[in-house]
Amino acid sequence: MSTVRVERLTKTFPGGKRALKDVSVDIERGEMVALIGASGSGKSTLIRHIAGLVQADRDAPCKVTVDDRPVQAGGRLSGEARDIRRDIGVIFQQFNLVGRLSVITNVLIGVLGRISVMRGTFGRFRPDEKRAAMQALARVGIAETAAQRASTLSGGQQQRAAIARAMVQGARVVLADEPIASLDPASAKRVMQALSELNEQDRVTVIVSLHQVEYARRYCPRTIALRDGEIAYDGPSTALSHDFLRELYGDASEELVLPDVPARSDAPEPAVAAAVALAGT
Amino acid sequence: MTTPTLTPPHLVSTSETTVAVPEPPRPSTSDHLYRLVVWGGLLLVFVWSFGPAEINRFVYLFTDASNMAEYAKGFLTPNFRDWEYYVEEMILTVQIALWGTVLSVIFGIPFALLSSNNLAPVWIVQPVRRLMDACRAINELVFAVLFVVAVGLGPFAGVMALFIHNLGIISKLFSEAVEAVDPRPVEGIRATGASRLQEIIYGVVPQVMPLWISFSLYRFETNVRSATVLGIVGAGGIGQILFESIRGFLYAETAAILIIVVVTVSLIDILSQQLRKLAI
Repeated sequence: MSTVRVERLTKTFPGGKRALKDVSVDIERGEMVALIGASGSGKSTLIRHIAGLVQADRDAPCKVTVDDRPVQAGGRLSGEARDIRRDIGVIFQQFNLVGRLSVITNVLIGVLGRISVMRGTFGRFRPDEKRAAMQALARVGIAETAAQRASTLSGGQQQRAAIARAMVQGARVVLADEPIASLDPASAKRVMQALSELNEQDRVTVIVSLHQVEYARRYCPRTIALRDGEIAYDGPSTALSHDFLRELYGDASEELVLPDVPARSDAPEPAVAAAVALAGT
Repeated sequence: MTTPTLTPPHLVSTSETTVAVPEPPRPSTSDHLYRLVVWGGLLLVFVWSFGPAEINRFVYLFTDASNMAEYAKGFLTPNFRDWEYYVEEMILTVQIALWGTVLSVIFGIPFALLSSNNLAPVWIVQPVRRLMDACRAINELVFAVLFVVAVGLGPFAGVMALFIHNLGIISKLFSEAVEAVDPRPVEGIRATGASRLQEIIYGVVPQVMPLWISFSLYRFETNVRSATVLGIVGAGGIGQILFESIRGFLYAETAAILIIVVVTVSLIDILSQQLRKLAI
């Protein structure tokens, strides 16, 4: 049974740029799918359409459904969009936490869609909801930061707080839009692990857009590759060899593949490099 | 001004390949024209208003300085005999300003949200903004005269005058802060399925709070100053006795009242500065 279904999605931005051209995607429950592509290939735009944060072109026959409920059709948000958003957790590249609120309040925002409007509006969270928020924070390993303002956390910690918010939300689909693009490698790995745990233990469907194919290969069984707003590849991540990517993206493939790059001739001596690496940690 | 001789040669050619360095951007002819129109226009406006504003009479400031000195002498010996009465009226003035400010902040918040382009549709924003313009355009003294007629002489007319005038100012200042918020946290909250009001409470308000507090304290300071004149039209406070003593040529008493006003305004300025530091 498909959880996320995108049919013939076309999006033209006000400037006239075609961001997505007739894109159709079908994702099964419990899948962990990577969306790869160079900058501007339409990854974020696709994710934002699924979450109902942007509308597709008005006169196109496009349709987005999540759990067989329509998010948008024909360029109009459905009346259920707000309801469906409760079941979709979105994780953004820039974390999108409210910096001046405490970490736990940011996580508790995840329950707003499920509790009564009055209680949510006045911030009367119940003890069990607060415990659930602490549990989510503990799962992503930042429970000790609960009382701090979100703006005081590092990028990796903020991203994990955002994942905790999606956990508390009880989301059945998590859309992660370049969640590790602005993180250092160690934080990136932690964030990807948290997402894959969410997928394996809670059977949450995860769609994650990525810049580096390495992470797609390591964490996601299936990869959808976008090029200039069209689907260039949809299949097992193991098939994404470097040669294949070069064929797919040409020079732009360098943006997607990090290792295997020949070392620079003026690179520091190994001993120096180790010292630099140590100083960096 | 010739730039080529200033360009360091190592920036132009790297090892064997020569990289063409583009010229630094220069203001275009239309930029120059634009500047000429703006500055020329400003100059014209000042020349045009020179005569009507009687700026040519500034020489009297020097030729008739002795008159001024005579007048000022009366202020040199302030008479504090009735200081308890003055202080009482000054406190009343602060109380009027306090309520005027609080009411305008409470009612200003919804109007500010409704006149923010990033929160409300344009067909709500425009009428609300025009209404707020009207509140702002009319001076608090004019409102005070109107409210004296409506609710009678006394402090309440002053409170209402400050309230209505500041409603326009607060909603403009607050909505400008709202329009400058970072949209990303708000989108993050929208993505959880929260309601529109909850998006504002959790996403917008925390971001604008420090600015709102700062603006409110600033308006309170300003309102204390404004409230000292409201008494002139019978809307309560120290303005009433100030005006009476000026009209009665009681310069010594006037000086005492003015000193009390200055000290109070300074105290409130110091206090609100401390409060603002706590808020941010």
